[in-house]
Amino acid sequence: MINFFNYMNISVVLFLISVLGIFLNQRNILVMLMSLEMMFLSVSFNLIFLSMYLDDIIGQIFSLLILTVAASESSIGLAILVIYYRIRNTITVELMNLMKG
Amino acid sequence: MYLTILFLPLVGSLISGLGGRWLGCWGSGLYSTLCVFFSFLMSLVAFYEVGLCGVSYHITLGTWLESGILKVNWGFLFDSITVVMLIVITSVSSLVHLYSIKYMETDPHKPRFMAYLEIFTFFMLLLVTADNLIQMFLGWEGVGLASYLLINFWFTRLPANQSAIKALVINRIGDFGLTLGILATFWTFQSTDYSVIFAMAPLLDSFSFFFMGSDWHGITLISLFLFIGAIGKSAQLGLHTWLPDAMEGPTPVSALIHAATMVTAGVFLMIRCSLLLEFSPAILCILLVLGSLTAFFAGMTGIFQNDLKKVIAYSTCSQLGYMIFSCGLSCYEVSLFHLTNHAFFKALLFLSAGSVIHAVSNEQDMRRMGSLVSFLPITYSLMLIGSLSLAGFPFLTGFYSKDFILELTQILNYKNLNFFYISLSFWLGSVSVFFTSFYSFRLIYLTFLNNSNLTRPLIISVHESPALMLLPLTILALGSLFFGYLSKDLFIGLGTDFWKGSILVLPVNNFFVEAEWLLIISKWLPFILTIIGVFIASIINITSLYKYFVYQIYGLNSFLAFLVNKKWFIDVLYNRFLIFPLLNFGYNTTFKALDRGFIEFSGPLGASMFIPNWSKIISRFQSGLLTHYVFFLIIGVCFLFLILIYKNLMFNTNLNILSIFFILIFYI
Repeated sequence: MINFFNYMNISVVLFLISVLGIFLNQRNILVMLMSLEMMFLSVSFNLIFLSMYLDDIIGQIFSLLILTVAASESSIGLAILVIYYRIRNTITVELMNLMKG
Repeated sequence: MYLTILFLPLVGSLISGLGGRWLGCWGSGLYSTLCVFFSFLMSLVAFYEVGLCGVSYHITLGTWLESGILKVNWGFLFDSITVVMLIVITSVSSLVHLYSIKYMETDPHKPRFMAYLEIFTFFMLLLVTADNLIQMFLGWEGVGLASYLLINFWFTRLPANQSAIKALVINRIGDFGLTLGILATFWTFQSTDYSVIFAMAPLLDSFSFFFMGSDWHGITLISLFLFIGAIGKSAQLGLHTWLPDAMEGPTPVSALIHAATMVTAGVFLMIRCSLLLEFSPAILCILLVLGSLTAFFAGMTGIFQNDLKKVIAYSTCSQLGYMIFSCGLSCYEVSLFHLTNHAFFKALLFLSAGSVIHAVSNEQDMRRMGSLVSFLPITYSLMLIGSLSLAGFPFLTGFYSKDFILELTQILNYKNLNFFYISLSFWLGSVSVFFTSFYSFRLIYLTFLNNSNLTRPLIISVHESPALMLLPLTILALGSLFFGYLSKDLFIGLGTDFWKGSILVLPVNNFFVEAEWLLIISKWLPFILTIIGVFIASIINITSLYKYFVYQIYGLNSFLAFLVNKKWFIDVLYNRFLIFPLLNFGYNTTFKALDRGFIEFSGPLGASMFIPNWSKIISRFQSGLLTHYVFFLIIGVCFLFLILIYKNLMFNTNLNILSIFFILIFYI
């Protein structure tokens, strides 16, 4: 039988790891993008699990939509990154401080 | 007719003040003098009707204030005390008006002066005729205001401004006491009408205020507050410092303030409230002690003053002390008798001093006069009459009232007063008799009899005053000679029914008759002291001892003389330990620290400084670094969750921890 807590734990731990990946990362923006992808993954994982658990199709539909959104988001993000690199010749996060409050 | 007495001065004041431009110098003087003079004639009639024929008038014009149980009428009460005061005020005032026509002849603001004198008279009349305390307070404040305007008459002079402000402010301290007294009266009696208060006083003898955890005897408290008012107005010790400084006004003003009107208001209040004071022995004791101390203090200070007017001012202060302590002995009629007599000879002294000052071109220092007897024989004889009367020379006016007050202090079997206080007042009073005669004759000698210290141009210009100034002086001199003798039996004669119900002396306090059976030696004592004073003053001034005394006693060698000349440094003490600290407190603490400091800082200024500062600090959070944004993002989401989790716990103990957490985060 599917263990409820195991599956929930997996998705939550995955989410937390990705949050920490964004949070602790000081340098590399690619890692941040990857963490973001992982966040999407954990969320869609959670949705799929809950649709199975609750015997409801809507969660899976949502996860498919999220997959689409994540793909487009990462492509746009990478495009922005490429443009940024073309202008600044670097993608180091620490140097992205031109906009101050 | 009775209201005409009151309103004639008001009309005169308004017309000579507002229409002075058209009346002119002589017109305004004559008009206002005539107004007061007719008022005087009518108050003579009032005196005849009320005092001698025994009717009593109580006129109510209408309601002034009505709110709940408080009802204040425009009421005018003419009883024996009032008509005596009316005579005093209007007679002295009309003579002062007559005098100032000539005295202020060359002053460009004479219509204004006349209007002020007249409004002063009006307010004083309002004070004495009022039938309730609130209307009396109107007159009381009006007199203070008029004294301010009059002392400050030459408003371009700095000392005049300062003295006027001093007079007004010190009087205001007393007025504050009087206000409290009126409020306490209303609290106790539910009314401010004299008729109600005095009728209910015996019944409410046991009424007490519960204040600060203890009971205060109601009537004693009321009397104390009223007496504080009298201290201010009648220049008793403690609040007396305004009186000598009030000499900055023109001399007729001093005569009016010191002789008949302003300073007598406090004594009048004490006499009027005799029906109240009688029920509080403690207050009688305070009156006795403070009055005798004032008499002694002012008499002693008068000795070493060198200003002609200040000597007379201190003698006023001293005589007021006599009046107050005779009130303390429950002899209110004697006090009023002395007030009346004092009005005559003090007005005479002041106006003669004005005549002298007029003659020597506004020189007021006695040390720079002398030998004026050959230049001003009439003024000399008038002033001598005034001084003898003031010193209580037998068979002059002052003798009948002042010596009688001193005899009253020698009765030793007062039930309600401590023996110690009686003997204290006796000794202080007797010693001040000596002082009185000493400084009166010192004044006479220094001004009229000693060798001249005038400069030659002054001597050439010395002249006797014109007849218009000497006429009121002569009338006052006649009053100072004969008034005491003529009215003694009426005012303080044994068993006189002149006062009827207006003065109450409890039988247990009444030792009036005992004074007639004193030992003959004690009756002689004041006279002997007077003679000693005259004798010492003569010896010092006639013989060459004078020069010795100039250097030994008047000089800086004698610390005591220096101290007395500087008025016991009371002014200095007040300035240094009361007024400057108060001003400093006002500037540094309440103005700088509180108004412009704390309130500004926590109010508008603080907000206008706080918001930009903190907005700057908060906007610094947006460092531009992506990692920081992510950090705040996640922290914010965490807080959102925290709030959602703790939503139900927000209003219990966790709130504190949470709020401290939030505040800490805010500061980071």
